[in-house]
Amino acid sequence: MLLIAEQCLNGLQFGLLLFLLAAGLTLVFGIMDLVNLAHGSLYMVGAYFAATFAALTGSFLIGAVLALVATLLVGMAVEVIALRRLYGRDHLDHVLGTFGLILFFNELVRLVWGPAGRTLPLPSWLNTALEIVPGLYYPTYRFAIIVVTLAVAIFLYLLVMRTRIGMLIRAGASNREMVGALGINIKLLYTLVFGLGAALAGLAGLMQAPILTVQIGMGENVLILAFVVIIIGGIGSIRGAFIASIFVGLLDTVGRAFLIDLLRVVFSQNAASTAGAALSSMLIYVVMAVVLVLRPEGLFPVSSK
Amino acid sequence: MKALATPRGMVVAVLLIFLALLPVYAAASGNAFLLTLFTRIVILAIAATSLNLIMGYGGLVSFGHAAYLGVGGYVIGILAKEGITSGFVQWPLALVVSGLFALVVGALSLRTRGVYFIMITLAFAQMIYYVAVGLDRYGGDDGLTIYRRSQFAGLLNLSNKTVFYYVCLILLMAVIYVCWRLVNSRFGLVVQGARSNDRRMRSLGFPTFRYRLTCFVIAGVLCGLAGALLANHTDFVSPAMMHWTRSGDLIVMVVLGGMASSFGPLIGAVALLVLEETLSGVTEYWQIILGPLLLLVVLFARGGIDGLLAGGRRA
Amino acid sequence: MPDALLQIADLTKRFGGVTASDHITLDIWRGELHAIIGPNGAGKTTLIGQLTGELAPNSGHIRFDGQDITALPVYRRSQLGLARSFQITSLFLDFTALDNVALAVQAHAGHSFRFWHDARREPELREPARAALDRVGLTRRADVRVANLSHGEHRQLEIAMALATRPRMLLLDEPMAGMGPEESARMVAMLRELKQELTILLIEHDMEAVFALADRITVLVYGRVIASGTPDAIRANAEVREAYLGEQQVVAHG
Repeated sequence: MLLIAEQCLNGLQFGLLLFLLAAGLTLVFGIMDLVNLAHGSLYMVGAYFAATFAALTGSFLIGAVLALVATLLVGMAVEVIALRRLYGRDHLDHVLGTFGLILFFNELVRLVWGPAGRTLPLPSWLNTALEIVPGLYYPTYRFAIIVVTLAVAIFLYLLVMRTRIGMLIRAGASNREMVGALGINIKLLYTLVFGLGAALAGLAGLMQAPILTVQIGMGENVLILAFVVIIIGGIGSIRGAFIASIFVGLLDTVGRAFLIDLLRVVFSQNAASTAGAALSSMLIYVVMAVVLVLRPEGLFPVSSK
Repeated sequence: MKALATPRGMVVAVLLIFLALLPVYAAASGNAFLLTLFTRIVILAIAATSLNLIMGYGGLVSFGHAAYLGVGGYVIGILAKEGITSGFVQWPLALVVSGLFALVVGALSLRTRGVYFIMITLAFAQMIYYVAVGLDRYGGDDGLTIYRRSQFAGLLNLSNKTVFYYVCLILLMAVIYVCWRLVNSRFGLVVQGARSNDRRMRSLGFPTFRYRLTCFVIAGVLCGLAGALLANHTDFVSPAMMHWTRSGDLIVMVVLGGMASSFGPLIGAVALLVLEETLSGVTEYWQIILGPLLLLVVLFARGGIDGLLAGGRRA
Repeated sequence: MPDALLQIADLTKRFGGVTASDHITLDIWRGELHAIIGPNGAGKTTLIGQLTGELAPNSGHIRFDGQDITALPVYRRSQLGLARSFQITSLFLDFTALDNVALAVQAHAGHSFRFWHDARREPELREPARAALDRVGLTRRADVRVANLSHGEHRQLEIAMALATRPRMLLLDEPMAGMGPEESARMVAMLRELKQELTILLIEHDMEAVFALADRITVLVYGRVIASGTPDAIRANAEVREAYLGEQQVVAHG
């Protein structure tokens, strides 16, 4: 029972991290109609920056903040230098161009940081466990991730729903030409939106760094999941991304644990582990396939342009 | 023959002659590596040509095409491990399984378009990738060694590198020819029309879905053939064959060479792999150059090499 | 009782809070040229969308030659003989004019699961295509890439493609949009010819053309049919004048 609760929390935490990635992706896609495969690279860059800055400054928090700022700057630089020329083009061009950026970033990271991964150790005050309910202990850090990402989600909600910029974002998501016709400085808006997306990706990268990994190519696997999330949730919809990422996170974590337990009845631990992982990964894609067949616009589509 | 007089025609002719005489040159210069490299190029050119069928002519950007390389390859690998090494059994089965996989993936994916299509084909490729990783019996993540290449009852000795190279080259020519005929047939025109304006096609009275699906399956089968060849070439199959970056490579080949042209994919395969080889001689970090180069091609030379040769007319 | 080729019964289409088609009931008689007019936003495009099958109505039925086609997909309706031209030109830009029309012929020449022979050399596709191009006056432009044709030629090509499918009824969605006076006159002449052999449903803004060609006119305002009858009756109808014709120049007719 407690194990299920813990798995659920893990699933929630993973889902929320996924949300950070998906939110940035869906914003950029919804507003600039840009398919950005290199979003995962920003996630990776965030993690690497965090590892380096934390080591340099000796403080996890300062390192995290610096990494966030650095990723934001890198994101905006990439937008200005490379990506803005892709706006309005075929999605295939986006896919190709940003695929090229992935290659570039992976190699750049390898050049600067070397082929071996990095680690980002947790400070002692985070490396504890909280007693959430009597008897259930949960790692403080994971709990912190949940809190931080929920806070970001609320911030995003307020930003999109309650501010002028948010209104422009929503308007842009449903009718790009109109926003341009209104005379808003589109270029600046786009750069800022992209920067926001980059910051979110970097935040996700640096937060998962202590518990998962900091290595080259780490962005790609989770990027695909993020795309699955925004397809299920509906492109351009942050609300959809939120719900879909929680769902996918739970499905992945809880589903995997459940499947492994189920398979362990028949198979060895090792076989059950790999098979369970494979099946649960497949499960997510199966769900996406079903959504695409039944409701191609996603579960919470933004009304079309 | 008029086509030969154009710059593009001449480049293709020279390339074909070079490919035909390559083993002779490799033997003469003692450079065995060249033969290995170009065998790989020819095999991947088959895969790229099959991708061009759906991507260049059909307008369907599949980011999961390497899955068929894997499916074809794994059929060979699995059968070989289970003791079935006859090419007469392995190869047709590889084609059939690839076709079936393409049928399922296509039937589901073709209900979507644009970037959704790209992502769902990617997702399916990931699925089959994870299935391969989970196949403990067949090596899982480490892959599966093939100890005996496909046997053709003594008619063809695939273990002979030169023979194998020519088998691949002949198959490549056959595939290019078949695709050329396909594209200009009634079927091909429907697929091209559907790429150009699907809505119009349907309003003219074409049930476009079934034609696109058929095209998708054909492309999958041809790529499965490439997979079978690749398995024999490397004597090894692993999930890495179907990693999505491999699909990316195929897309790069098609775009670099020139979409919607018969020899574009071959040119692209040659260009990419030769570029990889030379650049990695220059620096270990050659992808730093390749990445932005790709972006530049997308931005400024969209028609690929073939487009440049044809005078940049292509959009 | 005149023979109705197309029967539209109580067709309703809502988009959120907007009723784009409001219980439209209309019969198109065999052999007539029936024009639908109405101010912008009247729901003419929505109506065509439902007739061709691109939009599903919320309620109501459509019968074509007695057969209920309400649930049929777009391509099936075309195969039954209902052809349409598009308001915003929807052609195959990279192909030649002849290729475009040949595709239209091919759509109605059996299945296309033929993988080997060069379709561009099939006389059973190319001949009828050339004939259709001749009909609309594009013979000399047959081998030109559509992207290089003028706007007026695009509109002609649209008609050629619709004709090449050997339809029983033509749905023409603003075929004269964006045409100058000379081109419009030519189009009117051609439509007058086509009238003899085909039933035509014409959606148009060009009042001169409408009154010159139409056997009957239906006026659509805010998705509702407010009047339907002969051109004279429509011209005299007070409600119509108020809602629509009053905004346009009153067209003098000879």
